[in-house]
Amino acid sequence: MTTETESTAGPSQCPGGCSGPDMSESRRSLMRGLGWGAFFTTLALSLAGSLRFFFPRVLFEPPTTFKIGTVKDYPAGSADKHGVISVSEQFMESQRVWIVRESDKLYAIFGKCTHLGCTPKWFADERQFKCPCHGSQYYSNGVNFAGPAPRPMDRYGISRMEDGRIVVDKSKLYTVNDFEDPDCFLQA
Amino acid sequence: MSDKKSLMQWIMDTQIWKSVFRHDFEDTPANRGKVIRSNVFLHLHPLRIPPHAMKIRFTWCMGGITFFAFLVECVTGILLMFYYHPVIEYAYLDMKYLQFDVPFGQILRNIHRWGAHLMVLSVMLHMLRVFLTGSYKPPREFNWVVGVLLLTLTLLMSFTGYLLPWDQLAYWAITVGTNMGAATPFIGVEGPFSMVDKFTDVRFVLLGGTTVGANALLRFYVAHVIAIPAIVFVGVAIHFWRIRKDGGISRPL
Repeated sequence: MTTETESTAGPSQCPGGCSGPDMSESRRSLMRGLGWGAFFTTLALSLAGSLRFFFPRVLFEPPTTFKIGTVKDYPAGSADKHGVISVSEQFMESQRVWIVRESDKLYAIFGKCTHLGCTPKWFADERQFKCPCHGSQYYSNGVNFAGPAPRPMDRYGISRMEDGRIVVDKSKLYTVNDFEDPDCFLQA
Repeated sequence: MSDKKSLMQWIMDTQIWKSVFRHDFEDTPANRGKVIRSNVFLHLHPLRIPPHAMKIRFTWCMGGITFFAFLVECVTGILLMFYYHPVIEYAYLDMKYLQFDVPFGQILRNIHRWGAHLMVLSVMLHMLRVFLTGSYKPPREFNWVVGVLLLTLTLLMSFTGYLLPWDQLAYWAITVGTNMGAATPFIGVEGPFSMVDKFTDVRFVLLGGTTVGANALLRFYVAHVIAIPAIVFVGVAIHFWRIRKDGGISRPL
């Protein structure tokens, strides 16, 4: 059957009224479909591969996390009127982060004014952060109370490793509405 | 004199000359047509220029000025590439080196910069002229669309070039610009209906990472010096050829 239709050059080759032309047509359309299917499959896979090319597997970017020691490094003491015991500037220069200790928790403030992104400065004697650009002022817990800043300074994700060391994750940023998120502070 | 003329005649009779130039220079309408038709660059241009097309107050020559600025950018850009390394350690220093020590480096960089400003300005004024003269109307709709594509590509060339000096202005402009990309619907991580995370969104592709870093500088460089200009060259060829196909520059109203 197959060889018959294959050798069919015209109707005269199939005098018995067989379904030669129809068979030939259906096989031709099958082959055409396979051909185009293979063509477009190759094309689609090539395009997908080309697109994948632009997503690198390895990134040589600085790590987003850093370790800040253990809770013992941020000892308890007397709190100011906002409940803050201490504001650590240890990681300010390298990471732009203040570590704030309250009586029951620890959190990491991202040192970026919520007005236009300048870096505020910590005044330990006044227990205030002040922004040099447009005069925004924040309490020791990072909550704004004067100037154009629209909201408290944002905070980074913070968590404790199994060995007790504390890790700050700069890829997780929390705004004021999410400060109660369990990843945004650490129970001390 | 006659020797010189006969020498020229001898050159023009060689097969080399004849294989390149398929016309002689007698000033006849047929030869004028042949000169245009047989030249790959000129044949993109309309065969004849009607007097009204020469009126500066009608065309403002803004398309021509844009093309001129583009050629200036190509020439000065290629020259800048001889001294500029698209890596973080060198990019800013190379820019300063060009300005302070490379012979003619300061004027080279300034021509490139001002040429870029001119190109953005003139391409917009060109669009305004085409709009005001109604030159986008049939049969020129397609060429308007090609023009809008070229406008977008011009802005993209400007944007990608902005990062290359690798100074504070560049860094933060591209940070802000690509963060806007992150707000794209569907394919931006912060956009509406987002379907991607920050390692698969359009911002990540633009930067080759999550922050403006070495990959971003290299990607913007490649886009700036070859990827976008290559598309622009094709687009400009279509744009010019299409003017010819649409019956030359439109008539004054």
